[in-house]
Amino acid sequence: MARIFTYIVHKGGVVDDSAFELAASARKIDAATSPTAILTGWGADLDVACNALRASYAEIWKIANEALAYPNAELVRKALLKVLPSNSIVLLPHQHFGMDLAPGLSIKTDSAFVSDVLEIAGVVGADLNVVRQEFGGQVSAHVRCDISSGAVVTIRPAAFKPLECPPISGAVIDKSSDVGALVSGRRYLETVAAEAGDVDITKYNVLVSIGRGIQEKENVAIAQELADAMGAAVSCSRPVVDAKWMEKSRQVGSSGKTVKPKVYLACGISGSFQHLAGIKGSPFLIAINKNPKAPIFQAADVGIVDDILEFLPELTSKVREMRTVATK
Amino acid sequence: MEILVCVRRVPDTSENEIELNRAGDDIERDELVYSINEPDNYAVEEALQIVARVGGNVTVATVGGDDDEEILRREMAMGANHGVLIADAAFNGSDGRGIATILKAFVQKGHYDLILTGVQAEDGGAQVGGMLAALLDYPFASLVNSIEVLEGKKLKISREIEGGNKEMNEIDLPCVLSIQTGINEPRYVGMRGIRQVAAVPIPTFGASDLGLGASVVGEAAAKVHRVDYFIPALGKGAEILHGTREENIDKVLELVAAKGGLK
Repeated sequence: MARIFTYIVHKGGVVDDSAFELAASARKIDAATSPTAILTGWGADLDVACNALRASYAEIWKIANEALAYPNAELVRKALLKVLPSNSIVLLPHQHFGMDLAPGLSIKTDSAFVSDVLEIAGVVGADLNVVRQEFGGQVSAHVRCDISSGAVVTIRPAAFKPLECPPISGAVIDKSSDVGALVSGRRYLETVAAEAGDVDITKYNVLVSIGRGIQEKENVAIAQELADAMGAAVSCSRPVVDAKWMEKSRQVGSSGKTVKPKVYLACGISGSFQHLAGIKGSPFLIAINKNPKAPIFQAADVGIVDDILEFLPELTSKVREMRTVATK
Repeated sequence: MEILVCVRRVPDTSENEIELNRAGDDIERDELVYSINEPDNYAVEEALQIVARVGGNVTVATVGGDDDEEILRREMAMGANHGVLIADAAFNGSDGRGIATILKAFVQKGHYDLILTGVQAEDGGAQVGGMLAALLDYPFASLVNSIEVLEGKKLKISREIEGGNKEMNEIDLPCVLSIQTGINEPRYVGMRGIRQVAAVPIPTFGASDLGLGASVVGEAAAKVHRVDYFIPALGKGAEILHGTREENIDKVLELVAAKGGLK
């Protein structure tokens, strides 16, 4: 069995949760394996991150290089190519950095590539068998992947539960001298923080969250009226922002805000994993969607198959009615 | 600037309930509504806006079959100067690497300063752009949500990273970028526009035109194979309310109040 490596995302000395999820996924590929963590970076933050992994990884490869102080995927790829043994299996998280690095890495290592893996059935002969989703999560697929010349696999965040193992005392191995100077045609300049919006959706107990099902900009008012009646805020999923119907600051998801309301009303939202990743704290999730097969019904506590453009106005009237009765 | 945009025709997931066919080896495709992959449409719009600012041409290309001509014409109606169909039975069964290999061969037939793809298609692979860049030894950036053309054969781009933050980069041309949705507002295409380009010839490139053999593309070269589709065994899932709308509304209000949502 080929050696398995996990690429560890870290920032400010803090290791990303994916470090432990990747270790769990590695054991699904080979139960006997002890995966090797690889970290790139520079300075004290890198050492802190490496040390933080010693309790859970037997071997940690450290690549310190000033050019890697910011994880520019083009430079990280070049560094990894200097240290990875041939035919390795490399696991990365399926988020913005993994998506940036992994496809090109698979070409340069001449190995198979599978992305956004949710489940791993195991290895039979030369084949790694995994499960992915297609069509926005409406359908799953069994995928067979020839790993005889290695593989690069990106793993969906939160799809694998970290293993509970007694702490070990792993060793940090410095591979920095294998790397040398790194240059790329792409240079990191700076990170620009997201703009704060007019409404801070992270501060509300109830969110009326709208998706593509709202259909047009004028209909956002339907959700706003309900939110006003309930003392809630309107948030949304990505397609609503893409269409410029709401500001980016209203978007819930991995590329938007992370929210922790008590109640989340998902209205016309299909429920992509990127959207669900922004909903924390296990709120009571009520989904209203015309499509009974929408993946949101898997994540929701209560589901209603209905047209939000008809359902929401009636809900609003009922809330107003209740409020009027209550104040009399 | 000469820009190539790689596009794909896909079942529109916002318009379709996807179901399996009887054999379970594919989805039921008979009644599906197809359209251009949404991020690809944003990529074409971005290419058109760049060319409007700095001059040049936009070529849209797809690896597919005769049915895929319709999306090439749609993008030409938006303003793309050329459409190219890359089609051959030998390409069937290609994995992501195979598609990237085909596109590389096509790219090397021309001279492009900038190559754009959508960030991902209906299979969620998010792979062809990064692979194509690596095969060409061009720099690559994914999830691009703004592009500014700089002096000296360079671009300033932003990538969408966590929390809506933007990672700013400078990148040398030629390069490959995968475009995130929301980067612009794609223009509307009417039937009239599509009729106007209906007669424009669309050249087709096959395996022999591109010098590609079965050892590098198609089923035989693929390391990755989809075995079948399936509908996963449902987890707990939502408790679906089957009442009338009025009953459902009452239930929702009761639940929201019970969970501390209405005070």
